[in-house]
Amino acid sequence: MDKKRAVVSVVGKDQIGIIANVTKVLSENKVNILDISQTILQDFFTMIMIVDVSHIKDLGYLQSQLNEVADRMHLKINIQLEEIFQAMHRI
Amino acid sequence: MNISLNEMMETIRMVQIENLDIRTVTMGINLKDCADPDIEKMKEKIYKKIVNYAGNLKEVAEETEREFGIPIINKRISVTPVAEILGNATRVQAVEIAKTLDEAAKATGVDFLGGFSALVHKGMTKSDETLIDAIPESLTVTERVCSSVSIGNTKAGINMDAVRKMGTIIKEAAEMTKDRNGIACAKLVVFCNPVEDNPFMAGAFHGSGEGDAVLNVGVSGPGVVLHALRRHPEADLGEVAEIIKKTAFKITRAGELIGRVVAERLGVPFGIMDLSLAPTNAVNDSVAEILEEIGVERVGTHGTIAALALMNDAVKKGGAMASSYVGGLSGAFIPVSEDNGMIRGVLEQSLSLEKLEAMTCVCSVGLDMIAVTGDVSPEALSAIIADEAAIGMVNKKTTAVRIIPVPGKKEGEMVEFGGLLGRAPVMGVNEYSSEKLIRRGGRIPAPIQALTN
Repeated sequence: MDKKRAVVSVVGKDQIGIIANVTKVLSENKVNILDISQTILQDFFTMIMIVDVSHIKDLGYLQSQLNEVADRMHLKINIQLEEIFQAMHRI
Repeated sequence: MNISLNEMMETIRMVQIENLDIRTVTMGINLKDCADPDIEKMKEKIYKKIVNYAGNLKEVAEETEREFGIPIINKRISVTPVAEILGNATRVQAVEIAKTLDEAAKATGVDFLGGFSALVHKGMTKSDETLIDAIPESLTVTERVCSSVSIGNTKAGINMDAVRKMGTIIKEAAEMTKDRNGIACAKLVVFCNPVEDNPFMAGAFHGSGEGDAVLNVGVSGPGVVLHALRRHPEADLGEVAEIIKKTAFKITRAGELIGRVVAERLGVPFGIMDLSLAPTNAVNDSVAEILEEIGVERVGTHGTIAALALMNDAVKKGGAMASSYVGGLSGAFIPVSEDNGMIRGVLEQSLSLEKLEAMTCVCSVGLDMIAVTGDVSPEALSAIIADEAAIGMVNKKTTAVRIIPVPGKKEGEMVEFGGLLGRAPVMGVNEYSSEKLIRRGGRIPAPIQALTN
């Protein structure tokens, strides 16, 4: 089976427990984290993770669980397939 | 190759802050095999075929949208120009077909269905005439059906009899929907040099050179271009072109990927990518504001056309590099009612009808979503169409007129069309008559540019 990778992006006000809450959702869904990095984008905390979603059938379900965390912590969390980044930034 | 953090953040910023979106995925469906002398049978065949092909369009598009995290704003359908399958149907029966198309659009969940159209750039068949006569009522009784009429092209010249007729049709359509600010006219486009694979409404139709079904994608992103330019306030114009080109490239690549995925999942071939900067009334999603960022104080003042020409060309170049199948209209749209910057230009008297006409010489379409006074004569409307068509014909480009003579409204009043169609200040037209020109009728011969063989 081909590896399917996705990018999880988290943007919002810095606070305690962002990584803990996001990775909890991922580990509950048995999603392996391949890479993780964080920075400040226009005064906002930004975390980007590359995750392995090869066995995830419905990305929408994962997104809805992440949305719960996002609502609770006033963050913006998105999960998108990595191909879109490849298409936009690589020829 | 791994993507750097900066690159990922650029994409995320484009989507979340700068309104990058796929404006439309439009499925083109051939209806030629639905023609039938029995109108009831024809309606049934049309409905079944559309629902059969496009039944999953909305669902698949939404699923793709979720997976890639890029919004697909509209899902649409274009069909074979209906005049080509009408046969001996009557005007009343043509209206019935429009209703069937509307039902099919509702059943598939698309917001617009284009192709209630006729191509009469050289002459008019009986069924073309029937269809055109049915346009005002059809656009009044349906909600999602869009109509277009081709009245000229570079190879054939301009069919001035059709131009004359369209002036009357537009007036009639406005009158029939006078309780809704003449909204029927917002769903009617008069074309010179139309393209067969345009995914954007209201002018989309499935051309006769197309296959049975095809998926065309329209991407947009005035907001992304605007923000990119704002980061380089001191760039010279060569650098401005470069920034727009690079941005257009990225937008197109995103659009093509999404388009191909949707097409594959629906089991239809991918057609073309139309990269058009199409504004919406969202904040900062304006083509006019890009021109103002390039350096004109208000859109419409001197220099506007130079800025627009630069922008339109850079968009095309970026798009052409990004995808082998760039098609449709690809350029910049300058609708008035759908662009907050254009609306402001008109309100502050920087932008006039004449300047808009001139701008259409260097961008992708024409006079788009323009509200004019309700008492404008059919001949004046026809003459406006003729002017635009002449620009398109001579310059070998698509031009179009989507104009709304708003019943009962005077110059300077605002009209609301609602939703995507936005709002527009009512503009006045030249008070001198063009009636004699229009009354002459006949056909303006194809220009010397047509003799290319």
